Amino acid sequence: MEFGNSGSLSEDGIHLDMDRLKKGEVNLGTSIMAVTFKDGVILGADSRTTTGAYIANRVTDKLTQVHDTIWCCRSGSAADTQAVADIVKYQLELFAMMNGKPPTTQTAAAIFQEICYANKDRLTAGLIIAGWDERHGGQVYSIPLGGSLHKQPYAIGGSGSTYIYGFCDANWREGMEEADAVNFVKDALKEAIKWDGSSGGVIRMVVLTAKGADRHLYLPDTDYKVRHM
Amino acid sequence: MPGFDFSNYNRNAALHARGVPLPKATSTGTTIVGCIYDGGVVIAADTRATSGPIVADKNCEKLHYIAPNIWCAGAGTAADTEFTTALISSQLELHALSTGRKPRVVTCMTMLKQHLFRYQGYIGAYLVVAGVDPTGTHLFTVHAHGSTDKLPYVTMGSGSLAAMSVFETQWKPSLTQEEAVKLCADAIEAGIWNDLGSGSNVDVAIITADKTTLKRNYIRPNERTQKLKSYAFEKGTTAVLNEKIIRKEDISKLVSVHELTDESGDKMEVDV
Repeated sequence: MEFGNSGSLSEDGIHLDMDRLKKGEVNLGTSIMAVTFKDGVILGADSRTTTGAYIANRVTDKLTQVHDTIWCCRSGSAADTQAVADIVKYQLELFAMMNGKPPTTQTAAAIFQEICYANKDRLTAGLIIAGWDERHGGQVYSIPLGGSLHKQPYAIGGSGSTYIYGFCDANWREGMEEADAVNFVKDALKEAIKWDGSSGGVIRMVVLTAKGADRHLYLPDTDYKVRHM
Repeated sequence: MPGFDFSNYNRNAALHARGVPLPKATSTGTTIVGCIYDGGVVIAADTRATSGPIVADKNCEKLHYIAPNIWCAGAGTAADTEFTTALISSQLELHALSTGRKPRVVTCMTMLKQHLFRYQGYIGAYLVVAGVDPTGTHLFTVHAHGSTDKLPYVTMGSGSLAAMSVFETQWKPSLTQEEAVKLCADAIEAGIWNDLGSGSNVDVAIITADKTTLKRNYIRPNERTQKLKSYAFEKGTTAVLNEKIIRKEDISKLVSVHELTDESGDKMEVDV
């Protein structure tokens, strides 16, 4: 397996490690986000997975359940993030059985961080963990590449997120109504998909509240206007 | 001497230092597809195996048995697809025996992805996993690095782009078995004709709740025909410039000759 030249200095300047993925690896060149609102939290993602220039899956589900109302958004290597999510899912199921009560979002995020930090040299995983629990309501945690853990009111990630920092900063409000939060996530992802070539397809969302998990699906055929699921 | 023997490692390191490349693995530069229909799932593959630019096998089998109700189509390194599917097939049969239940497709997919993830892509197996179990009909793709996808129709291998173009133009949500078989066969044919890494015949497997039907060489669009003309050279085409006859008596001047009798020398050992 060959790797890209990383961190080398040549005539045309410093080469940053932009090629962390191995050759032929499935990439989630992605737009993902999670947002807290009045009653809970919303996760959102596009649906494009790529191998180089080819779209390996145009209807991917990057929103992965790790417990009843704790989910994560995956970006980076598909293999790495699936492996990490599978381990955390198992750990949380065990946690719930041993303690007789569901884990908190913070617990889930801490397990994610443990794995991401301990294996930071081997993983390409940018994760956003969002969940609703009885004690804290809706919460969002972000774990970027190095394995640090950040609790945030909202988080954006993936290659498409660079295009929507301004949009999110200008439009996000504390304690939004559910419908407003859904529209905020949808509008942000629409922009990310529009500008980022590695993002595209449908918009998937999961709304986590006291009532449980609710899935949304928006198709480009109807300009992401109609909810299909 | 007890312990590990590193002489082959040292030989390989020395060979590598002199710039000798690794031997080329036979790869199944391939078209493989799968498609779910009402009542089951169909998978199909071409039958060409390549080693660099050489066609190593014109009619190889890329549809692998996992369990009676679970089959796998393999692309990538031929040896890796062969051994990975055989290994998981074995483990799944032991699992089924110890649990007393029929093996599930998700179990198979999870075992494959965890095995492949552990080897970080060095096992070059790209698989389409299909099957029917008590929980329903399933179709997955598993990439060499360990990522998986779940879709109603899938393609993999070097011919996946050609095959996907067929699915993206002809697929519809509800298909009969005949329609699904036709669609998969057409997708493989698109790979056979338009992808250099794919060729020869179409193999198809149909999996339903009741049984699995393997249709080896379902379509053979590349039958070898009689040559229209004989290209054999006539005797005497090459000119004889000179001729020299060496007799048996004189041959000992050139090489050493020993007549063997039953008693003389060691006899070759033969199994009793």
